[in-house]
Amino acid sequence: MADTLTSAAAQSAESAAHAARLDHVSKAFGRPGGRQLVLDDITLDVRPGEFVCLLGASGCGKSTLLNLVAGLDKPSAGSITTPGGRPALMFQEHALFPWLTAGKNIELTLRMRGMPREQRRPEAERLLSLVRLGGAYGKRVHELSGGMRQRVALARALAQDSQLLLMDEPFAALDAITRDVLHDELTRIWSETNLSVLFVTHNVREAVRLAQRVVLLSSRPGRINREWAIDIPQPRRIEDAAVADLSVEITEELRGEIRRHGQH
Amino acid sequence: MASTETSGAKDAAPVEDAPDPQQDGGADAPHAAVAKQAGRQDRHDLSGLEAGLDALDAVVVKRAPIGQVLVKKVLPPISAVLLVLVVWQLAVWAKVADKTKLPSPSAVGQELGDRWRAGDLFSIIWTSVSHGLLGFAAALIIGTPLGLLVARVPFVRAAIGPILSGLQSLPSVAWVPAAVIWLGLNNSTMYAVILLGAVPSIANGLVAGIDQVPPLYLRAGRTIGATGLRGAWFILLPAALPGYVAGLKQGWAFSWRSLMAAELIASSPDLGVGLGRYLENMREGSDMAGVFLGILLILFVGIAIDLLIFSPLERWVLRSRGLTARSQ
Repeated sequence: MADTLTSAAAQSAESAAHAARLDHVSKAFGRPGGRQLVLDDITLDVRPGEFVCLLGASGCGKSTLLNLVAGLDKPSAGSITTPGGRPALMFQEHALFPWLTAGKNIELTLRMRGMPREQRRPEAERLLSLVRLGGAYGKRVHELSGGMRQRVALARALAQDSQLLLMDEPFAALDAITRDVLHDELTRIWSETNLSVLFVTHNVREAVRLAQRVVLLSSRPGRINREWAIDIPQPRRIEDAAVADLSVEITEELRGEIRRHGQH
Repeated sequence: MASTETSGAKDAAPVEDAPDPQQDGGADAPHAAVAKQAGRQDRHDLSGLEAGLDALDAVVVKRAPIGQVLVKKVLPPISAVLLVLVVWQLAVWAKVADKTKLPSPSAVGQELGDRWRAGDLFSIIWTSVSHGLLGFAAALIIGTPLGLLVARVPFVRAAIGPILSGLQSLPSVAWVPAAVIWLGLNNSTMYAVILLGAVPSIANGLVAGIDQVPPLYLRAGRTIGATGLRGAWFILLPAALPGYVAGLKQGWAFSWRSLMAAELIASSPDLGVGLGRYLENMREGSDMAGVFLGILLILFVGIAIDLLIFSPLERWVLRSRGLTARSQ
């Protein structure tokens, strides 16, 4: 344990400036009709403890960008650094393993991290109670509701003990009531930890509800179009007037960007 | 979620009183301003809200009570067996066929009693079952790595994948003449025939299982650092288990069938008397009750092994993943 403590301290010292840095990142995929540029010259810093939402219409390469930051794919040009180690990643589907219980799903992540056996169970219990699922340790994935599955998935992502959490439209498949509750939950957990979050969505209100900074991407290729710093205090509500006003402004910008694609 | 009650009470109280231990950094410094907004619910209410949602959304998985299981699962097959016995007995009474061609159920029961008293009933069954299970175990050891190779190495798949699927439609009895010439009339021939029947099924089952693993699991595995061998062991194999178990089940059926056919064809003192050999001996002696008993025993052993080993295994795998279809 002493080992991890020192390395964590060293990490926080060197990563004081950013949790993730994307430096002129481009990504192109080879296609039969030539190469297609998906991401074009993206430069973005996520500060430690910052909550950033990436917003864009279809074809803006949001998911590609997250894959690059997660290290699942390599950029064609530019560089990506994540000083806090391998980022945790949460998907739109819960992606929990159905042959394991909720608790064992989390313990598998702890095991891959190299945590000794006797520490795993208490840590899994702690993470489950952090997402307020204290009684769900022995539950199978199919016994949980959609919202509970996503909370277990969040606990599993937190089990990686990474300083950066990447979220790829994690609430898009949930009903509106559950999504709203999970927004509150995510805000609570984020403010209780020093986690940095890079959150991808196509839902403008969701972005304004959650983020300190919203980054609008243009489509085909994905470029950074505009940024908004959001100083509406947390916890916000999705129906707050300030949230709605800013959402209208951002939606206008987004629609203008989409219209541009229909003009040729 | 024991805190539901207390949080409900806090709900009505002015929010400014709520302690806020999680103020770190500038993340949500202007908290107090928010709290002053009228009508806003305290975040402490969240746990109660969430508990309510969980209770409403909870998926209740019930196991059927034992009485219901008896009525729905045990009663129908017993009725079917009784019906067959009744029709059989009626056919005997109606003298549909000569007694040497259609023995009565009681004559078959008599033969069973004779074998029991002669003390060779269990040795006959055991000879076949031990060959079958041992051969199946060997097929498991060969078929599993073979399936992994075919599933994960494109070259191997292109090379032997089609042959492996094709072999499934070749009855492995067809190998008996070749096996007898190569290996002689001994147990090796029996095992060779079992292997040729079961290995393709097991390997193909594993390939199908691996092909059906959702790519999302592999992606999720990679993000938590389960790559290479660790990924195969912790993610790929458990994810492929349902297809693999289906392959095992089919592999056993093929093993048992091939073994019986091989015993019917090949005869040698070295092989001992198994069920297939017993059946053939009875035919040579024109003992129709013995032939019926042989057929029934082969069927019985095949079903018993499936019910005792493979069906429970398959049910356990599917149920633990919530994959069993149940009417609700």
